[in-house]
Amino acid sequence: MDKEYVGFAALPNQLHRKSVKKGFDFTLMVAGESGLGKSTLINSLFLTNLYEDRQVPDASARLTQTLTIERRGVEIEEGGIKVKLTLVDTPGFGDSVDCSDCWLPVVHFIEEQFEQYLRDESGLNRKNIQDSRVHCCLYFISPFGRGLRPLDVAFLRAVHDKVNIIPVIGKADALMPKETQVLKQKIRDQLKEEEINIYQFPECDSDEDEDFKKQDAEMKESIPFAVVGSSKVVKNVGTRPVRGRCYSWGTVEVENPHHCDFLNLRRMLVQTHLQDLKEVTHDLLYEGYRARCLQSLVRPGARDRASRSKLSRQSTTEIPLPMLPLAETEKLIREKDEELRRMQEMLEKMQAQMQQGQAQGEQSDAF
Amino acid sequence: MLLTGQSGLGKSTMVNTLFKSKAWQSNLPSLEVPIPQTLELHSVTHVIEEKGLKLKLTVTDTPGFGDQINNDKCWDPILSYINQQYEQYLQEELLITRQRHIPDTRVHCCVYFVPPTGHCLRPLDIEFLQRLCRTVNVVPVIARADSLTIEERDAFRNRIQQDMNTHCIDVYPQKCLDEDINDRILNSKIRKQIPFAVVGADREHLVNGRCVLGRKTKWGVIEVENVAHCEFLLLRDLLIRSHLQDLKDITHNVHYENYRVLRLNESHQLPRGPGWVNLAPASPGQLTSPGPGKASRKSYRDTKDDEC
Repeated sequence: MDKEYVGFAALPNQLHRKSVKKGFDFTLMVAGESGLGKSTLINSLFLTNLYEDRQVPDASARLTQTLTIERRGVEIEEGGIKVKLTLVDTPGFGDSVDCSDCWLPVVHFIEEQFEQYLRDESGLNRKNIQDSRVHCCLYFISPFGRGLRPLDVAFLRAVHDKVNIIPVIGKADALMPKETQVLKQKIRDQLKEEEINIYQFPECDSDEDEDFKKQDAEMKESIPFAVVGSSKVVKNVGTRPVRGRCYSWGTVEVENPHHCDFLNLRRMLVQTHLQDLKEVTHDLLYEGYRARCLQSLVRPGARDRASRSKLSRQSTTEIPLPMLPLAETEKLIREKDEELRRMQEMLEKMQAQMQQGQAQGEQSDAF
Repeated sequence: MLLTGQSGLGKSTMVNTLFKSKAWQSNLPSLEVPIPQTLELHSVTHVIEEKGLKLKLTVTDTPGFGDQINNDKCWDPILSYINQQYEQYLQEELLITRQRHIPDTRVHCCVYFVPPTGHCLRPLDIEFLQRLCRTVNVVPVIARADSLTIEERDAFRNRIQQDMNTHCIDVYPQKCLDEDINDRILNSKIRKQIPFAVVGADREHLVNGRCVLGRKTKWGVIEVENVAHCEFLLLRDLLIRSHLQDLKDITHNVHYENYRVLRLNESHQLPRGPGWVNLAPASPGQLTSPGPGKASRKSYRDTKDDEC
């Protein structure tokens, strides 16, 4: 007799259709000093010209520029799958003579997105929550330095528990192969020494085939990725046209794994780990933020309840839903108190007037 | 010669390349050297010989420049070092019994390494260049130029020249110091090409049967002495072959004299602190006569007589 066939083997297809219909969104932040090839790399990664009408500020403008946060959105489609990509750029980072605390606007921005999501999640209508949280931050390290500079360390330290960090060495065609290896090792050592948590690639499943495992291991070995970006296509004689940079001593091919790690970065960011980046942002980084936020809102006495409920989200009824941060709630209460007081005063005035009027009326009656 | 710029821009390698001898112990292979917390100045002196002619070369490096988070006033130690050398020479000159040949430790040329961002000069570059150009001959170069294509280099160079004009940065060869029409023609050509886009290397590789100094990558070998690859040869010719004596002359006749005049005028006031950057702009009479050697010698003697 045939085995019983229920039919839930078709579940993945249903999921697939639903997610394709829903579409994907992803927010990527790029940070690093100017002149490291960030814009060119983004254009190469997503094969779009996100920076078409870009005006690079001249030196006089730079003297007074402070860090700004810019958001650009683009919809990319490939093979019927739509992705809404939001790019967050940080022009002005590391540009001034005195860069103390120049990373604070970035930290503030990331936390703002978390706060927005927290508010939406705690709200009444949760049907269409827009996820504007930053899912990944590509941090560009200069190939000319001797590893991470003090500014790099300060920035990474400030954001490593709030966003997935992928360190990248920009303009890697300035380095010889041996120099690249030495620099990568130095950066890895420094990251460990400074206890900076970069995004950890999950271990691949044991049932994956050998090729995939080898690829995966290679990819992990090459962090930080040494990348070269280019949106120009070079047509060399005898070979097929490739994207690259044409020098008088040779041509660097962007998509050649021997020349740079661009392919690795693209594979990792787009093909294999996009979803994981989003999940880590949601499950780990966002939950961490939420816990910190809730703990600071609850009264000291009820802190035990707060810590218990952090572990089990089912008992959310024990905690008052934090609609707004503490300062704002207090402000609202004060405003309402003011209003009540004013209304009371008005009422008393009206009563007094009425009494007066009555008294006058009686008097006039008496007369 | 003073080399300055952020770390990792190839200053030490450039010195080796310039003089084709290991005048500098490069610490590139081991990146163990930590970035110093404060700016340091390392001087190395070497005597180099070619065709019977000896050249005593002193190269000063400045590791730690511009590497911190807050780089405000990071140029002070450098300026005070340069002024210290002028002071030393001045003291020797003012002695009653002077040596026949005063040892000259003054900085004749400051090579400033601009990072190859491809955009424009950074605020730190501008602040530093503005202050330095009034004290010493400055030759800016685009460092590690192997990360820029030819078009990018030209665009970058134009931006830098524009920025220098806007911010009144007068680098060597200074326009106002051209003596005659020949100088002007020669120097204008050089001024159009400044800053030179350079690449340094201290290893040799085999290319087409020749042994050349260069950097070997997977896509080709960058030959340092090939004019089509980079402008290192132009820098070398400027610093050593054609303008070495001119650099020394201008340092002695213009920059040193400016310093001297200021010091003598202030000799009644309290001595200044280190890194005094507020040099009054030299009066036009000083700058337009590059060869006032004799004239100012005379004036010096007069003041000495007055003091006596």
